[in-house]
Amino acid sequence: MQAALGTLNALPVWLLILIKSAVLLLVVVTSFAYAMLAERKILGWMQLRPGPNRVGPWGLMQPAADAAKLILKEDLTPKTADPLIYKLAPFISLLTAFSVYAVIPWGASPSGTWAIGNVNAGILFLLAITSIGVYGISLGGWASGSKYPLLGSVRSTAQMISYELAMSLSFVGVLILSGTTSLAGIVSAQATWWFFIPQCVGFLVYVVTAVAETNRAPFDLVEAETELVAGFHTEYSGLRFGLFFIAEYVNMLTVSCIATLLFLGGWNAPFGLTMIPGVLWFVAKVGAFMFFYMWLRATLPRLRYDRLMAFGWKVLLPVATLNLIVTAVVVALRG
Amino acid sequence: MNPYGPVALYLCVAFAAALLFSVLPGLVARRKPNPEKAEAYECGVEPTSAVAGRFPVRFYLIAMLFVIFDVEAASFYPWAVQMHALRIYGLLEMIVFIIVLGIGYAYVWKKGGFAWR
Repeated sequence: MQAALGTLNALPVWLLILIKSAVLLLVVVTSFAYAMLAERKILGWMQLRPGPNRVGPWGLMQPAADAAKLILKEDLTPKTADPLIYKLAPFISLLTAFSVYAVIPWGASPSGTWAIGNVNAGILFLLAITSIGVYGISLGGWASGSKYPLLGSVRSTAQMISYELAMSLSFVGVLILSGTTSLAGIVSAQATWWFFIPQCVGFLVYVVTAVAETNRAPFDLVEAETELVAGFHTEYSGLRFGLFFIAEYVNMLTVSCIATLLFLGGWNAPFGLTMIPGVLWFVAKVGAFMFFYMWLRATLPRLRYDRLMAFGWKVLLPVATLNLIVTAVVVALRG
Repeated sequence: MNPYGPVALYLCVAFAAALLFSVLPGLVARRKPNPEKAEAYECGVEPTSAVAGRFPVRFYLIAMLFVIFDVEAASFYPWAVQMHALRIYGLLEMIVFIIVLGIGYAYVWKKGGFAWR
């Protein structure tokens, strides 16, 4: 073990970073695969059925079977589609979903933060990259050259940008309290109080917008199958459909990581349970948030589109602004 | 080392991985072309009209409102980070800003910019 570590440290820095990046991506893709399996299992149990249990023991090989099937399926392009953009769109979605993990720190040791790059403008980087993800969906629907994808994509674009606004405002309260945009800095600012307590309104706004941003139930208007078939990815088949699917679940993981970092104390241990390593706390909190997502999907019916937009602009936006004003007043008066 | 160096390297790896996933179907997936499969999907019936390029103009309005309000939201960030240093001065400054923002918001609301019908 010591010898192996020695060889690792002897490698050039760039190579070490490349290895770390590849390992991180593998972890992200594996988490996606098992998040998907977990969702199907949990939805199954909530509806009193067993969920996938045929492939491998307890259904554990299901993700591998799904992947093999998706890869082997024919990749169709409608003749009305714009071929280049049609193929580019899922690539953009997946690339932005992966890119976010460059700045997400998932633990800390006395020598530093466990992240690929611990950048100062962490939150800004996250917001910038996740905003590009909208292009994947809007271009994908538009380039399909078909009715339902086009409607689905303009709908989802409008939904995502509307809720992104309230989301970026819900971060401001956290920034006021922590005084930094570095993600690691925000986590260390939560050593005593996790921000979901002083920022409970901001946290609620964030949770709602996060579900809407990732187009998940009850905000999954994008793929409202009763009206729009499958929304923006109606025409996609095989692995290209799979790319959108991976991107959706990776985005769910991202959103859970952001919730953990900004509001749930990151890798800080609750109740002084510091003998359990911080990275495990981080994973546990992300997992709890993911479970909450799946629970929502099993519980809540879909919203109507006009109500969704009205809720975003007329409720969440003013509430988020009010929250930041109140936070600013408290900080200005008490310091 | 500049922290953006590793980020750039990671982005290269992510780019390569996403590219691999994108070209894989062209290499592995089976192909059985058929004119029916190349039609745009319309629940099984033949497409009744040329490709729909029309959608409600309301979506443009939402996009424009987003640009305006998002730029204003972005200007909260530097202020928020410095709030502990700015104290009362920063608070008053921002309240003026929010009042201006609020006037625009109220105008859009009154004009029905947020109503879907």
